[in-house]
Order: sequence, then C-alpha cells, then structure tokens
Amino acid sequence: MGKQKVIVIGNGMVGHKFLETVATLPENCAFEMKIIGEEPNTAYDRVHLSEFFSGKTAGDLSLVPDNFYQDNSLKVASSTQVTEIDRINKEIHYANGNNEKYDKLVLATGSYPFVPPIPGKDRDNVFVYRTIEDLKLIAEGAKNSRVGVVIGGGLLGLEAAKALKDLGLETHVVEFAPQLMAIQLDETGGELLRKKIENLGVSVHTSKNTKQITDGGNFHHKLCFADGSFLETDLILFSAGIRPRDDLAKQSGLDMGERGGIVINDRCQTSDPDIYAIGECALWDNKIFGLVAPGYQMAKVAANQICQDQSDQFTGADMSTKLKLLGVDVASIGDAHGRTPGSLSYKLIDDINGIYKKVVVDAKRKKLLGAILIGEADSYGTLLQFALNESPIPNKPEQLILPANDGDNAALGVEALPDEAQICSCNNVSKAELCTKVREGCIDLGELKSCTKAGTSCGGCAPLVKQILDSELAKQGLEVKKDLCEHFPYSRQELFHLARVHKIKTFEDLIEQHGKGNIGCDICKPTAASIFASLWNEYILNNGHAGLQDTNDYYLANMQKDGTYSVVPRVAGGEITPDKLIVLGQVAKKYDLYTKITGGQRVDLFGARVDQLPKIWSELVAAGFESGHAYGKSVRTVKSCVGSTWCRYGVQDSVGQAIHLEERYKGLRSPHKLKFAVSGCTRECAEAQSKDVGVIATEKGWNLYVCGNGGMKPRHADLLASDLTDQALIQYTDRFLMFYISTADRLQRTSVWLDNLEGGIDYVKDVVINDSLGIGKELEDQMHHVINTYQCEWKTTIESPEKMKRFTHFVNSKQSDQKLQYVRERGQKRPATQAEKQEMLNTIPFKEAATH
Amino acid sequence: MSTTATESANLTGDTSWQTVCPIEEIHENIGVCALVGENEQAAIFKVKDKFYAISNLDPFSDAAVISRGLICNIKGSLCVASPIFKQHFCLMSGTCLEDNSVQLKTYALRVNGSILEIQNT
Repeated sequence: MGKQKVIVIGNGMVGHKFLETVATLPENCAFEMKIIGEEPNTAYDRVHLSEFFSGKTAGDLSLVPDNFYQDNSLKVASSTQVTEIDRINKEIHYANGNNEKYDKLVLATGSYPFVPPIPGKDRDNVFVYRTIEDLKLIAEGAKNSRVGVVIGGGLLGLEAAKALKDLGLETHVVEFAPQLMAIQLDETGGELLRKKIENLGVSVHTSKNTKQITDGGNFHHKLCFADGSFLETDLILFSAGIRPRDDLAKQSGLDMGERGGIVINDRCQTSDPDIYAIGECALWDNKIFGLVAPGYQMAKVAANQICQDQSDQFTGADMSTKLKLLGVDVASIGDAHGRTPGSLSYKLIDDINGIYKKVVVDAKRKKLLGAILIGEADSYGTLLQFALNESPIPNKPEQLILPANDGDNAALGVEALPDEAQICSCNNVSKAELCTKVREGCIDLGELKSCTKAGTSCGGCAPLVKQILDSELAKQGLEVKKDLCEHFPYSRQELFHLARVHKIKTFEDLIEQHGKGNIGCDICKPTAASIFASLWNEYILNNGHAGLQDTNDYYLANMQKDGTYSVVPRVAGGEITPDKLIVLGQVAKKYDLYTKITGGQRVDLFGARVDQLPKIWSELVAAGFESGHAYGKSVRTVKSCVGSTWCRYGVQDSVGQAIHLEERYKGLRSPHKLKFAVSGCTRECAEAQSKDVGVIATEKGWNLYVCGNGGMKPRHADLLASDLTDQALIQYTDRFLMFYISTADRLQRTSVWLDNLEGGIDYVKDVVINDSLGIGKELEDQMHHVINTYQCEWKTTIESPEKMKRFTHFVNSKQSDQKLQYVRERGQKRPATQAEKQEMLNTIPFKEAATH
Repeated sequence: MSTTATESANLTGDTSWQTVCPIEEIHENIGVCALVGENEQAAIFKVKDKFYAISNLDPFSDAAVISRGLICNIKGSLCVASPIFKQHFCLMSGTCLEDNSVQLKTYALRVNGSILEIQNT
C-alpha cells in the first residue's frame, strides 16, 4: 500500500503547528504531506504582527526554520488557492483548474477580519489587519496620511493601534462598547487601560456606533457616529472581530454552526471523518477559539489522530491572555467578570502607579476562578496556574494581588504549583517536563527553552520558566556553576572585581592568590589577560602578559585556517583618504595578500605569514595607519552612514560622530568583541540597531541603543536614552561599556549579557542614567584611564627589536613554512584545498621530470 | 619528551642532534617552532624550566601552528591547546585529550652548553 496523502489547507500558525507535530511523530513516514497557503509567505507569527512596523521583517516573523520542508519531505505551495473540495472523489480543486487527490484533509483556513456593513467601508485607504500583505498596504497608505483610526477597541484593535502609532500617525481608537476590551476586562480595568493608552498619545472614543463613512473636510474620510458626532481621518483600519473562514467547508456540505464555523468533535474531525478542521475556522462545543494556544492544541490532536493515536482529544481550551498593548501590561484569566454564581472578588487599585488587579474566587474562597491584571502582570503565570489546575489558594486570597512585602509573598512561588501545571500553554509544556529537563542537565535558560519549546511562541510564560529553572536548581542544591575553569572557582565577574580591588596585575599573582596550581589553561589565561587589559591597559606583549595571549593577540593579527594571519588596519568610521586606500592596495599587492572589504567598513588583508607581519605593519604605520584591534576581544569598528555632510536626509554628522567614538574607545578590551555604528537619520543605513552600541541621529541629538547583535542570534538593540547631547552620549556610553565589562561573563556579547541580566534594560537604564548604584563616576574614571593609556600595539611592537624577534616561523632557520600552498581564484590567492595540495605533490615532480 | 635546562648532557658526535637555539631565547610558556631535518617541524615549549617538543603540525587543520598554542594544565596533564580548533595535546606523549586515537610525534631534546638541541629521528 502506498503512502496516505494528507493535505493541509492553510499555512498559518495552526497549519504549521500541525506539520511540526507530525514531523516529530514516528508514524509520519507513512504519510505524504502537503500544505497549501494562499499567502505568498509561509507560516509566520501573527501574534507579533505589529512588530513588522517596529523593525521586524517577514523573515524575522517566519515560523518555518530553513529547510524545514525539505528536511521533513513535506510539499508546500504558497500563493495557491483551493476553490472546491470534492468529497465524493476525495480531491480538491485549485483555482488554476488542477485537481489533487487526498486521503485525509486538514482545514486550517483560519479567520478573516469582520468588516461591519457600514456605508463607505469600501472607500480607498480603508484596511483590515490580518496578514503581512495587509500590513504592507497599511504602510503604503500611511505614507500620505496624518491621522489613522482603528475601528474596534478589542485586543486586536489595540495591537493595530500600536501599528498605526509606529507608522507615525496621530492615532484614534473607536469602540462600539462603552469600554475597551469588553470581553476580557471589567469596567474598572477598561477605564484604567483607556487612561494609560491615552497617556501614550492614542485617543480613545467609546460608545461610538459608526453609521457612515463619507468624504472629510480637512482629512480624507469622515466617520459619522450614531450620536451625531464625527471624526475625520486619512486612514481607517477595521478590527471589529474575526469570522471563521468556512466557505470551502460550507460548499462541500460539511456541518456548520448556526453563525458559521466548521463543526468538529473532540478528535477535531468534521462531519466527514476524513476531513479535520483546526484553529479559528473550527467550531467546538459551539465555540470559536480566537487565540493561538487552543489552535495549537487542536493541531496536536489532529496530528495524533491522523497518526493513529486516538487517545489524544481536544477538551476545550483556556482563553486567558496576557499581552503588552502599546507597552501596557494587560492580562485576563478565566472568569474575569465574576459571572460564576456565588463568586467573590478582591480588587487592588493603585492610582499612583497605574495598576489594577482583581482576582475572582469561588464562594468557599478555595479556588481561583479568574483575574484581571493591568499595569503589572508579573504574577500572571502563577495566577493562571492556580486557575487552570484548581489548586488551593492561600487562606487570604488577597495575598494573590497585594504588593510583595518583605518576601511574605511566598504563597505565589512556583514551588506551590503542582507538577502537572501547564506552564507553556502555546506548546503544552508542564512544570514536570521542565523540572525533568533541568535535572537532566539543562541548566541554561536559553537551552531549556529550546529543548522544551516552552516560552518560544507568545513568550508570556518565559518569566515563569526562569523561576522554575532557578527554583529547581536551588532545590537540587545545584547552584549554577559559575567557575571559570578548573583553576579558578570564580566567575569572570568575580575575578574582575578581585583583580580590581586587590590591584592584581599579573597572572602569577592572580592564580597564586585566588586560583589552583600555577599553570592555568587556555580559558583562564586569556580571560585574565583581558581583565588586566580592561583594568590597567598595559602593553599586552609585556613579558608578564605575552604568554597569556591567544595567538591572535600574541601576533596582533587574526589567525586563519592555514596558520597565516589577516591584517586589518583601523579605518575609523569607515572614512579613508584615497592616498591611504592606495597604500593598502600597494601593501596588499607587494605581499600578495588576498583583499576583502569587511562588514565593519574596513579592508582585511589575508594570507600574511608570521615573518611578514612586522614588515607589513612597518609600512602601514609609516603611512599613518594604526592597529585595528580586529584580533582582540575589544572594540572593533564604528560603522557609519555618510550622514548630513552629504546625504539629503541626514540630520546629524554621523561620520564625525563615528570617528569620534572610534577614536575614543579604540583598543578597549572587553569580555567579547564590541561593534558600534552611527546612523545619520532614522533610515538607519548604518544598521546601528544590530550593534552592541548603536547611535541614531535625531533632530534633537542622538538616540543611544545598546545590546544589539547580528550574527548567529540576531537581536534588535534596546533604546537606552533618546535625544542626547554629544556630551551625554559619551557619558552614557562610557558608563554602559564599563558596566558591561565589569559584570559580563567570559565571551558573553552584550546581547546575551542583557538577556541574562536581572531587571534587563530597565536595570541598565537605572545604573547608567540614574546612577542607581552610585558607581557612575567610578565607571567613567575607569574608562578615562583606559582612554588615557591607549597605545597602538603595532607601533609599540615594531619599535622594539626584542619583540620583533618573535615574528619568525622557525627559530633555527630563515625558511618559511613549507606547508603553506596557494592557488589563484578570481585574481587573488587562496589556501589550496587538501585535494589541490595532493595534486601539487603529484604534478610538480612530474613537471620537473619533463623539463630535465 | 622533556629535559631540564640545567641538565648537562653527555654529548657524543651523534649527527642526529640538531641545533634549535640558545636556551635563553625560549621564554616560559611561549612556544617556538624548529625545523627538523628537511621538512619536519617541531613545536618547542619551556614550562617551569623544562623543555618539551612535539610535532608542530595540527592534524585537525593540517596547519603548522602547534607552537603558537597556549600552555594548559588540564586535569593534571600538561598540554598545549591548538590555536585553530582548540584541541589539547599532551606535551609528554603528544596524545590528543579530545581524541585518543590522535597522537603527535614527540622529539627528544637536550641542552648542549647553552644551546638547546633536538633529535632528528
């Protein structure tokens, strides 16, 4: 018997989850799988759609790992429409006239935005908010608009309002009901949310029934409300709820709900047992679930059912939700309105801090039925667990929402949760599963998240996952081991402080006073060298320090795969005179160095032998070049766009600022490399938000971003401070860098450092801007010391005949390394491959023989 | 193999011994590379006044770089870490700590007056 063919219609979050689940099941090889999507993109994260306007790309939002379809032998069709299901012949019809047979069909067609039948709804510059394509249209429409209105003040409407705000529009929200988020919040909550959102510059109009949209006087449209009032705007976004996309199912005669939705049973089967429906198109127990977590559960059930595990059933889902709407924390759990007969509630209203918390408990005050959290939702995870698991709540339920007081908030700790507590509802991960993984050795938060998938979808449970990790480690008496290596029972941060406080300047002293043995290793020696350099900034090839340096630092160049080195002179800000550029070319030509432009706007010269390095650098130094420190865990480059000097759009001199920063921080050694960039306007051509330190010019000064990263795990930088003067920019950067240098782990980039820093960016802001630790001056002084003791390491080296002696390959011969062999490609040399080396061995004697 | 700097060797006219360099040119914990015979390379280290010599060829990268590695004490054995992919090689035996099946050639050393010599075998 051939493989059974399963076709999934709809390549959204839920359809994709179905494939992901099947791919993990051992039975999946019995099936031939195909997924069809009408959008040009394959599955992406619709929950975080508004981030498309705050800088994320369609690629960032994608849920499909590279090669996912190939690796799992899945077929995929995008921009493809299915027009009909022929259940009798078990085939689907495509819009292009083709047919395809199926054995099992999974409908994951999702929903469409509901647009109320208001006259004028079809005017131009009126949009809905559902897909990346919608967002592109909105962005296009926003270009010529000043004012935008979202019709609908629900959860999605507020997300959409954030999108309009990010696009720079004056933003309004119009809601039919008397309050915002009427489904999830009570009146008090709705009112506080309104206040908070209005403080952020979004106007909220409630109890407004839009009757008609006509031409506006001052703006493009005019919204006319039933109460006679009106509102003018250029752009309109409908976000008035969703409706299941069930027309395919309806045409094919499947059972439908009275108000739409494809009826499914507990196995997620429709009235045709070979057709399943999952996600927002499916109607279970007369309910449509408009959240992603229940859709994921259905996807898993359907996958298991199709792969012959009949035991997995869909038994309903929790509609609790936690979101950051326009930066405001909002959460709603279970029976938030207290509609359960006999239920009681506790409320905390904190006008000062803009916090509202409410818990709803049963008549016996034993169980938590629901909750609302606005302004602060840290306890969401724990409260949700109490509600979902019906676990007994504290005798005084008010403790659940009262502010923590000398740690007597213990009732709320994760330890109180039962093992079966579902921590991540998106990916159905229980507390027991997390604890087991921790016990098996998964003691790093990132690792725990990636191996369990907990906290990787909506992210709402991430703090809870961290708490479980910490509590489980503590329970096992297992402190997170921070020892640098077998020679030092300290973390890098601790060693840094030991060295600073005790003014330790040599490895011998450090290991004697605080370590074990007297030799060290390839981990502690370079770490110590880096700490000494950050603190005391002595010449790194001093006799005491030379033996600690990695080969890159030792030879002041970057070792390549064949043992030769690359040479990168500093080109501050990426600005270089034609004369100096010519020198680089001449040197490269003279020594036959492979030449490539780097991502940091410099020139990298590859293939220099150890014995060539001093000669090359003598020529470069004579021409006015300095070491670029490309070999060090240190400040690398400050990339810049051309800025206001030449660019029509630039608002500040980004090149000048970049050169200033690079000159200031050049040579600064740190736990890992540091990359900077400066953009001359908000178009961000220097990509500063992907750097450790990113500076973006504004009309009023400079925005300072920190802890961004490109590379393996891209991370957008966080805004540390806005509209800074030149002076404040330097002061904050000094403090930020030194704070990172004194607290980070070995080889920890700023991005990872921040992700692991308790309190995150707010804590960094507090330290850097508010000087909350009172160390601002100290950090600045440390930085000034490093800046004042800068030296070009290459200049120092070529001036010392003693140091120059080290740059030979053989200590007993003038020959150079005979292992080095090159071939030419695209006009330059490159290391020969093994096969090419072999060939050279074979052909050279042959040629010699032939000429004799 | 190792020898101490102060050891006085009983020298013979054996031609298999070759000059490396004056011993004061070798610094503690900083390797040098010596040409042995016509095309062999040895990495030579001085650690706590003792000399060690193993092949300079890193078998994992096929690059002649072992002499540029960092000296380590890994669980009691004295090693050098390859600067390319960071494997550790025992200075006494040449064995790779990460992969027992890989072993670098070791060389005998001796001090002749103030000159370090290596045996070409």
